[in-house]
Amino acid sequence: MEQPVVINLQQIVKSYEMGAVEKVLALRGVSVKIHRNEYVAIMGPSGSGKSTLMNIIGCLDTPTSGLYEFNGVNVSDMNDNQLAKVRNKEIGFVFQTFNLLARSDSLHNVELPLIYAGVSSSDRRRRAMEALTEVGLAERVHHKPNELSGGQRQRVAVARALVSKPSIILADEPTGNLDSKTGDEIMALFAEIHRQGNTIILVTHEESIAENAHRIIRIRDGAVASDELVKQHTEQMAVAS
Amino acid sequence: MNFWLEVKEGLLIALFAIRANKMRSILTTLGIVIGIVSVTLMASAIEGLNRSFEKSASAFGAKVLYVGKWPWVNNDDDWWKFRNRRDMKVEYAAFIQQHATSIDAVAPTVSTLRDARYNSQLMIGAFVTGTTWGYQRASGTTIIDGRFFSQQESDGGTPVCIIGANVSDNLFLGQDPMGKTIKVGGFPYTVIGLMEKQGGMFGSFAADNRVYVPINSFMNQFGGHRDVTLNVRVASDKDLDDSKEELRGIMRLARHLKPSQEDDFSINQQDLLLQVFNSFTSVIAIIGFFITGLSLFVGGIGIMNIMYVSVTERTKEIGIRKAIGAKRRTILLQFLVESAIICLIGGLIGLVISYPLSLIVDQVLPTSMPISVVALAIFISLAVGVISGFLPSNRASKLDPVDALRYE
Repeated sequence: MEQPVVINLQQIVKSYEMGAVEKVLALRGVSVKIHRNEYVAIMGPSGSGKSTLMNIIGCLDTPTSGLYEFNGVNVSDMNDNQLAKVRNKEIGFVFQTFNLLARSDSLHNVELPLIYAGVSSSDRRRRAMEALTEVGLAERVHHKPNELSGGQRQRVAVARALVSKPSIILADEPTGNLDSKTGDEIMALFAEIHRQGNTIILVTHEESIAENAHRIIRIRDGAVASDELVKQHTEQMAVAS
Repeated sequence: MNFWLEVKEGLLIALFAIRANKMRSILTTLGIVIGIVSVTLMASAIEGLNRSFEKSASAFGAKVLYVGKWPWVNNDDDWWKFRNRRDMKVEYAAFIQQHATSIDAVAPTVSTLRDARYNSQLMIGAFVTGTTWGYQRASGTTIIDGRFFSQQESDGGTPVCIIGANVSDNLFLGQDPMGKTIKVGGFPYTVIGLMEKQGGMFGSFAADNRVYVPINSFMNQFGGHRDVTLNVRVASDKDLDDSKEELRGIMRLARHLKPSQEDDFSINQQDLLLQVFNSFTSVIAIIGFFITGLSLFVGGIGIMNIMYVSVTERTKEIGIRKAIGAKRRTILLQFLVESAIICLIGGLIGLVISYPLSLIVDQVLPTSMPISVVALAIFISLAVGVISGFLPSNRASKLDPVDALRYE
């Protein structure tokens, strides 16, 4: 059964002005479709434009030209506040450097998206607790980031990404600041989240990490160089069905 | 997103931020503290002056007209015009009493400064006032002990007197003055009454330092050619201005003025004093508030500066918040609340400091700190916070999330 399209990028171009005359083309016409419950890795060396692509997919930035439909809604020319709303409700971010609020405990960090969504405080608390339990941190709700290990911090970040039940989880080098064992644990967590029906987009430059995904999109010089399914997973899927 | 939820979140963040930078917040707040202390002291001094003045002015009576040669408030500077007016006469009192329909009582008064003495106690410069028995009704003053002089004592010039609170304190040192004989300018007078203490700004010369004696004995002993003032009490059911017009007509008649001649007397009232006083306090207020405004302005610049620092320091945090859905308004509000809270804390510290200070100032100048002054101080500190926090907060709200997230 074909899942509905969540992300539909068509001929996305992003250019930056460098000084008065020079223009840098970071993306030169990227077209990608991502369906619900896909697990996609976006790969590319630094300078390839993958960060720019991630920023556009994450609605942190808007394309210079081209069409971006999110759940069928055109977001390419939304204003700042509309984009903020899309980010809040539809996108869960997981960053390389965790990006937690240093002065707040885990619970408040996870609650934050719900605060901006205007969820009542009792509801907020319940949902944040659920999300923290899901990532295995039920015992650490009142710890501040500096009282947690790197892996635990990243779990808090994952809980924060999950708490508003977004359409996609967008992870930017989520294991980049972790040792390999902890990194594996986080990747296992992503696999579990994916199994529950979430859509995951993983941005990375590490082949071994990308192989956790079911589809790999390679970006080179601002364009899609290849877009293919990962064999081992497709075979598993075939066996399963 | 709900506005109050945003404010609540902003408050939480602000308290976190202030706690994390205690020393910096305290130093920043100092400017506001100084500004609020000066605003509060200024306002309470003006408030105190007003209250004390109103209390003092009420001693003149709201419905009493004072007829004399001199106007209390002189707008044109023609001193000689007033100087050359014919003297007021005691007889006018009877004439007014006879002709006026809208008045309650009339009493002429003449005053001079004389030393008063009781045994070895001396009071230099008591304010001796000669008047008639009608004075008590005309002025509305209150006798707390004894009585005012009777018509017979008044007409006959019996050497009796009524004394003010300060006179009693100075001469009798707490003893009962009643029936004792004091020397006023060397002449013996028997004390038959004690006035209620007035206090207030004019207390020293107006009422508390007075010795009232019958006008006839005053004229004999202290000289007759003195400037007389007629105290006229308007009947309580009559309009003050109407009564003033009637009085003017009667005075013109008494002074035999032709229609072409202008008035050669002045009718004064308490309102005139209030006018003078108000213009006096408004000058103080303008100068005072200019200075305090300047100190608040400097304090505000300090707040603005520190908020810019705070925004720059927390660029990353702003990026995170924006990434997970904070709108521009949310970020704007967060920083506005923070700067308002810093200023509010400054304002509250300022109030706590100025209260004891105002009590100290009260030794020199009357002060009063009613709730309205407190509310004003709180409002001003919040306003300074919001105004000086606006530009930094606006910058924070406009940060690009991609750039802000990348900031280290």
